[in-house]
Amino acid sequence: MFTAPAFRIAAPLGTLHSLPHRFSNSRNHSWHRTALLSSALPLFSALLPPTAASTAARAQEPPYFVTYSQVLEEPGNLEIAQRGLTGSPKDSNAFYNSTLELEYGAKAWWTTELYLQGQATAKDSAIFTGFRWENRFRVLPTERWINPVLYLEYEDVNGADKSVLEVTGHDSIADFQERNADSRGDISRTIEGKLILSSEPKGWDVSENWIMEKNMMGGAWEFGYALGASRPLAFTGGSRECTFCRQNFSAGAELYGGLATVHDFGLHHTSHCAGPTMFFNLPHGPTLGFSPQFGLSSNSAGILWRVTASYEVQQFRDLFRSKKAR
Amino acid sequence: MKKPENVCFVLALLLASAAAVLAADGSWLQRVPAIERHLVDPYDNQPQAIAAGKFLFSEHCAQCHGSDAHGRHGHPDLRSERVARATDGELAWLLRNGSLAKGMPSWSTLPEPERWQIIAFLRSLPRDAEPVRVAGH
Repeated sequence: MFTAPAFRIAAPLGTLHSLPHRFSNSRNHSWHRTALLSSALPLFSALLPPTAASTAARAQEPPYFVTYSQVLEEPGNLEIAQRGLTGSPKDSNAFYNSTLELEYGAKAWWTTELYLQGQATAKDSAIFTGFRWENRFRVLPTERWINPVLYLEYEDVNGADKSVLEVTGHDSIADFQERNADSRGDISRTIEGKLILSSEPKGWDVSENWIMEKNMMGGAWEFGYALGASRPLAFTGGSRECTFCRQNFSAGAELYGGLATVHDFGLHHTSHCAGPTMFFNLPHGPTLGFSPQFGLSSNSAGILWRVTASYEVQQFRDLFRSKKAR
Repeated sequence: MKKPENVCFVLALLLASAAAVLAADGSWLQRVPAIERHLVDPYDNQPQAIAAGKFLFSEHCAQCHGSDAHGRHGHPDLRSERVARATDGELAWLLRNGSLAKGMPSWSTLPEPERWQIIAFLRSLPRDAEPVRVAGH
């Protein structure tokens, strides 16, 4: 029951770039298509898990939208997340970007993740913008003061992508101003590496990400950064199960931006954002997150609103084991 | 000319395999620093902490170790003799660091008091007795 829809989502990867054309031929019903695209993915993630497993776990992930911490997915677990991003940047139309995220713990030291992305822009169209496949590897076998994690990603996205999952190079508000019809043909196949450094001082999480990215279709190496700090609102668990207890909430802040390219490394003509974040972990249920993020430079979008809903399917791999092996 | 390189590669592979075998089955105990080995659970035998640990266990640990902590799918039985003999500090070290090669993730981002509450709950479980069902399962 569970595997079929998952493969149905994965199957069209080979025809990714035919989707934008189909979706954007007519602009008249763009917001209907918005609903189609942006509601299909969360609906998928909302309906699917209960059929797959009877329980969900509270993830130990810090409340970040852009920054990565040292936390990897527990081995055998599958996290299904829907991330939404909306904004109305200056001189461009309002948009809603939807990203479906499938994160699987392959090993205790290796997490692999697939993203499928789409966006809808007011007075324009709704299109599928591409996919990303990322892998994170924990480098050291035991905890240190600073814990490094290596991140490798391949992404195949077009110029209409508005997911802002990271900011690199000279990414700026101008990227939001192009019409989807113009930007969809600008396809980039990119490899990206991150050095994730993470510490856990006195119950806090402090994470720093250093990003380098190269479009394999041309262009210079681009750099970026993301910094985050967070903590749970309570450090001890309660003796009674409750929904709105402090230990079910975590809060923090993150700051991220571009560091230009290998030719002009620095902050000149780059975009930077910062904002508070809040996650709410429903006991044995999904995790919900929210963050308003504010542009800090003239190249940045004014305010971006981020939301997320994620659900962790425990020991997903057991569904594929024979009864005897269980 | 390539033969010596191949021999080195095979030797390296054998050494790595031997290290992996040696690292299995409780060898993590030898890696626990003495200063952490002797730490004592501040919540030991506290009923409220045990109850909290029970919830935390059901959320984070039961998926692999079973709701009764007897282990499932090849994951270790937490009511075994070896776990009973381990000190509080050794269990705390394992929760914080994990045993990545053996599939035990690090739980370092779980607040330290919550990790101690889980240990208090584990200590409260009877050894070789009737399985205890954890709330919610």
